[in-house]
Amino acid sequence: MDKFEKLTAIAAPMPLINIDTDMIIPKQFLKTIKRSGLGVSAFYEMRYDMDGNENPDFVLNQDAYRDASILVAGDNFGCGSSREHAPWALLDFGIKCVISTSFADIFFNNCFKNGILPIVVTPDQLAILMDDAQKGSNARMVVDLENQVVESSDGVQIPFDVDPHRKHCLLNGLDDIGLTMEKAGAIEAFETQMAEARPWV
Amino acid sequence: MAGRTLYDKIWDDHVAHQADDGTCLLYIDRHLVHEVTSPQAFEGLRMAGRPVAAPDKTIAVPDHNVPTTWDREDGIDNEESRIQVEALDKNAREFGVVYYPVNDIRQGIVHIVGPEQGWTLPGMTVVCGDSHTATHGAFGALAHGIGTSEVEHVLATQTLIQKKSKNMKVEITGKLAPGVTAKDITLSVIGATGTAGGTGYVIEYCGEAIRSLSMEGRMTVCNMAIEGGARAGLIAPDATTFAYCKGRPEAPKGDMWDTAQAYWETLFSDDDAHWDKVITIKGEDIAPVVTWGTSPEDVLPITASVPAPADFEGGKVDAAARSLDYMGLTPGTKLQDVKIDAVFIGSCTNGRIEDLREAAKIVEGKKIKDNVTTAIVVPGSGLVRLQAEEEGLADIFKAAGFEWRLAGCSMCLGMNPDQLGPEVRCASTSNRNFEGRQGRGSRTHLMSPAMAAAAAVAGKLTDVRDVK
Repeated sequence: MDKFEKLTAIAAPMPLINIDTDMIIPKQFLKTIKRSGLGVSAFYEMRYDMDGNENPDFVLNQDAYRDASILVAGDNFGCGSSREHAPWALLDFGIKCVISTSFADIFFNNCFKNGILPIVVTPDQLAILMDDAQKGSNARMVVDLENQVVESSDGVQIPFDVDPHRKHCLLNGLDDIGLTMEKAGAIEAFETQMAEARPWV
Repeated sequence: MAGRTLYDKIWDDHVAHQADDGTCLLYIDRHLVHEVTSPQAFEGLRMAGRPVAAPDKTIAVPDHNVPTTWDREDGIDNEESRIQVEALDKNAREFGVVYYPVNDIRQGIVHIVGPEQGWTLPGMTVVCGDSHTATHGAFGALAHGIGTSEVEHVLATQTLIQKKSKNMKVEITGKLAPGVTAKDITLSVIGATGTAGGTGYVIEYCGEAIRSLSMEGRMTVCNMAIEGGARAGLIAPDATTFAYCKGRPEAPKGDMWDTAQAYWETLFSDDDAHWDKVITIKGEDIAPVVTWGTSPEDVLPITASVPAPADFEGGKVDAAARSLDYMGLTPGTKLQDVKIDAVFIGSCTNGRIEDLREAAKIVEGKKIKDNVTTAIVVPGSGLVRLQAEEEGLADIFKAAGFEWRLAGCSMCLGMNPDQLGPEVRCASTSNRNFEGRQGRGSRTHLMSPAMAAAAAVAGKLTDVRDVK
């Protein structure tokens, strides 16, 4: 996993609420056995018409936002299916940070596993950032994970919370499995104890 | 010691390690695996040279991609689907996990197979790379969906990195009215709380109406906890639970059963347990419901009319307008006047024997309406199919004009050929009415098996209570 560096980037506005993971990456793209290559299919049904042509109304098809690395999105982003193909598709498109008032639980977890930072802000803060994102490619938002602050293009600073362990892993690009394996002793001790307490498991 | 909730108790019994910041390694008792969300995880193990930590607690079954037509023994036509199922086949055998291949009679939807085989038991932690893992909460097991990175983590370590969620109690008091089922309960709860209402919580469903449900009904309720945003849904185990589990192939036997049951009987929320949120709904107030929009929270009683965007507030105004446009519905139209083109009975929400019995009872001796051009019944597992055939349910469905299929996820998400075309309107017993869920441009109305059966016969959304 890549380290999450301080990000200065174009932010794309997606004010629709309840954007589900079926919207982010529809079923037909879940048949892959790889993690890569999904970016071209991200938001497929909103992004392309029935003939596969780009829908000019969709934000990521507009020239100003083709290089966006941040999404500013409506409430409950990433709800529905657990498919990690959703963050894989976003990452492959180039999205490294999603800002919303809330995220669905599994999607939120999946982001951290892939080096994407999901940021939760208040409705007022989201309104400020949504307006800022509407400014297009002339505006650059700054996401500073180290100092836990988002800065709009005109300098409004919005602090955010992040779990310290997850922050550490993102900043350093750390693999969870390696870290857990360091605790193999504790897991083995638990298994021994459990074999006595709940032998039917 | 302060009282604990059922969730607290299961959590406490599975913490293998706790860091200073509260991050825990939660031990996983059962890891269910299907072909869509696992290939990258097994590949990760292979690259790192890691084995599966507990292959005897890892259960794999292909379900999402498998065809449900009777010619499926001939193989899967779609190349990508075939490759994905073959990858599971290879991975299951190479890593030595428990495996039910496509042509095994025990094959089916992973969330139906787990309980049916007795893998899922009270007090366990159960995970799967699938959001509907919440289903297993019906047994009083802490069960939730995970992403593929977490699948790899569990395969490698049999643990999951977790922080504890908050406790929410959803109480359904009293009795259900005739024609009202578990599906109506779970949809009504989501209608009341919204799809983000459960975010950050584990829900425990309780109350007389929940207690009175069969295990099948309880699984339907918990299955859709995720649609309310909750990490998991739970129902405390009781005599109904024990009766369902006893004698299942993987359930404990003899003295071991008694030891297990003694432990299971301690799994309930204490009277003085702390709840972060409580929702109470009167069972008598729940009507047969359908969804009208493209979010599972878009729920209304079948007697209602299609709402207008102006009926909502905030971001929901635009979302509702978009939903109505997508669904091709006009505000003010009576839901019972909405004609349908297709009916799907099946899925991990409603693909169990009781669901098929409910639907069969409605269609028995009747024919599906001419305008319904697609009507399929897809049992949740091979064993559900056999039982339904033995009980004569399959014959009832076939006589009414339904296609009777083999087990799989099928038209719930259409990863196999069971998909709907653009603007095709479906009465569906599945769990998601998202845009494009059953096929690009298709229009899904979620409802109970009885309501879907009634819709099939009437050719439109119908109040099951009016079916003679």
